[in-house]
Amino acid sequence: MEVRLRAVLADKELIRLYRQMVLSREFEDACAEQYTKGNITGFLHLYTGQEAVAVGATAALGRDDYILSAYREHAQAIVRGAEPRRVMAELFGKATGMCKGKGGSMHLFDPELSFMGGYAIVGGQLPIAVGLALSAVQRGENRITACFFGDGAVNQGTFHESLNWARLWELPVLFICENNFYGIGTEMHRSSALASIHKRTCGYDIPSEKVDGMDVIAVLRAIRHAADKVREEQRPYFVEAVTYRFRGHSMSDPAKYRSAAEHEMWKARDPIPSFAKRLIEEVIVTESELAEIRKECSEEVSEAVRFAEESPWPEDDEVYEDVYV
Amino acid sequence: MPEMTYRDAINLALKEEMRRDSSVVTWGEDVALYEGSFKVTRGLLAEFGEERVKDTPISENTIIGVAIGAAMGGLRPVAELMTVNFALLAMDQIVNHMSKIRYMFGGQTFLPMVIRAPGGGGSQLAAQHSQSLETFFMHCPGMYVAMPTTPADAKGLLKTAIRDNNPVMFLEHELLYNSKGEVPEDPEFLIPFGKANVIRAGSDVTIVAYSRMTALALEAAIELERESISCEVVDLRTLTPLDTETFISSARKTGRAVVVEECWHSAGLGGDIAWRIHNACFETLLVPVARVSGLDVPMPYSRKLEKLCIPQVSSIIQAVRSVLSGASQG
Ligand SMILES: Cc1ncc(C[n+]2csc(CCOP(=O)(O)OP(=O)(O)O)c2C)c(N)n1
Ligand SMILES: [Mg+2]
Repeated sequence: MEVRLRAVLADKELIRLYRQMVLSREFEDACAEQYTKGNITGFLHLYTGQEAVAVGATAALGRDDYILSAYREHAQAIVRGAEPRRVMAELFGKATGMCKGKGGSMHLFDPELSFMGGYAIVGGQLPIAVGLALSAVQRGENRITACFFGDGAVNQGTFHESLNWARLWELPVLFICENNFYGIGTEMHRSSALASIHKRTCGYDIPSEKVDGMDVIAVLRAIRHAADKVREEQRPYFVEAVTYRFRGHSMSDPAKYRSAAEHEMWKARDPIPSFAKRLIEEVIVTESELAEIRKECSEEVSEAVRFAEESPWPEDDEVYEDVYV
Repeated sequence: MPEMTYRDAINLALKEEMRRDSSVVTWGEDVALYEGSFKVTRGLLAEFGEERVKDTPISENTIIGVAIGAAMGGLRPVAELMTVNFALLAMDQIVNHMSKIRYMFGGQTFLPMVIRAPGGGGSQLAAQHSQSLETFFMHCPGMYVAMPTTPADAKGLLKTAIRDNNPVMFLEHELLYNSKGEVPEDPEFLIPFGKANVIRAGSDVTIVAYSRMTALALEAAIELERESISCEVVDLRTLTPLDTETFISSARKTGRAVVVEECWHSAGLGGDIAWRIHNACFETLLVPVARVSGLDVPMPYSRKLEKLCIPQVSSIIQAVRSVLSGASQG
């Protein structure tokens, strides 16, 4: 039984979740288009289909809580409050980008938002999250650290080292595994002896749960509960969000390794229309209001693209900046 | 000035900096209760407590990753790797993360952290425990690399490393821990990075070295002095930033140079330094720069064979003689 939406959040907040999912989707669609045009180059990993995870989780975290992620992190940054135009400019490699064009799609960062980075080495962000949690504890800051990673990361040494470490030192880390079943083209059953990821944490005595990552409200409730536990008990917690990416691993992947039936089955569970349906059923918004939101998001993204296009390239001298303090 | 060992000088630097700044913390395998496998962290747990002096799991990559996160969050961690050989298990965090985070995030953060790692060969510890990996780190921009030779430098450079806002690889030599020297007591005694030390002045030939190789170069210089050969020894102190100025002006003056490195010869840092000298002093050099390097083999265990692999005083003397006779080898 699904919970009633109003039991979870106020109307305004519920609508905001919808808006954030739509904005994320629109942003990624625009990225795909700009990649095809050659304005975005390099690796480009889109989040399409997984929106409920970033949106639900971020809504459940505090403003000061640290967030770290992997390379599929545009939505996580935007939902956290990064301006779409500055993210888009970063993807274009422009001077006005979030990281002055030096990071690109995979390395978004903004300390003002406590968004502590996108990392492109699978599993690389986990130990860093543990260290941030340690610094918060030692400095007496009441913030937890939420660390996103994919199902592919669970076979890295850093995954096991970091879980053990966070539990051993009793650090407030919320591990969030976005299980979209694939690491590039390899399905999880072909890479993991135990495909039920959340069960792995028993080796480190870390409580865990699995949540439907296509349901933004389910994610929000699970992360709220998990974050409360982490904050109260000052200990790690683990959530596996089961989700699906609707596009290939990156723009160069046509995703031929997945059956049409599988894809269709997941498309039918698209987190955005299913949430819209609930909002309408519970008389929180009307279809025309939702259409208005979609239009606004689409305009915001078009404006972001325009901003990125019109922004200047970095100066050549910039290449030497920021190697050292 | 009191005399103390290289080990105690490092220990003192750690204590002074931890007293001075409560955000300085340290951790590593066997660092706290056991006081370090080389006993460098003796007394730290007793004085600063579990909160700031921590034992870790045997998880090198995560020892560094946690330090990165902690540094990003406002602490000043000094992570100890039991030996530099184990840095290879942490190369992902060191090279892929630590050295790049500031740059790839557009200068929005910085990592005030130090990685301390003992290393070098000469104790018959065989192939996996005798490596000199300094070139690996020097090759990678985004971190500093300090390699002290004397106890005073060990103290002054470590204090600078801890106060610096950049990540620093602080590479200690296992065979120098018991060496003694005078060490200033002043808690504000700091040695700046990127300033090589002309540790012995001379006029016939310049020897460029670092860490234990400087100690050997000094011995060679003393022996050669008996033959009236005057060697100027330049101790690099930090490999990054590299003080090219000092060794280039020395080589310009003497017209001859020998570079001594403990690491492997092939693609070793000595090749880079020799190139810099050739490039800057092509007109004034009397003879090509010579290199004395570690032998290009995994380190053998046998004492007899190991000796062949690490530069010796005798090999430095031989190299100096060869450049003086007009022929450079290596
Ligand atoms: C250490 C490392 N090995 C391999 C890669 C190449 N690689 C990039 S993404 C990826 C798959 C990761 O899958 P997952 O963690 O499930 O994340 P998803 O792409 O599904 O979001 C791989 C193997 C990498 N970036 N880093
Ligand atoms: Mg995956």
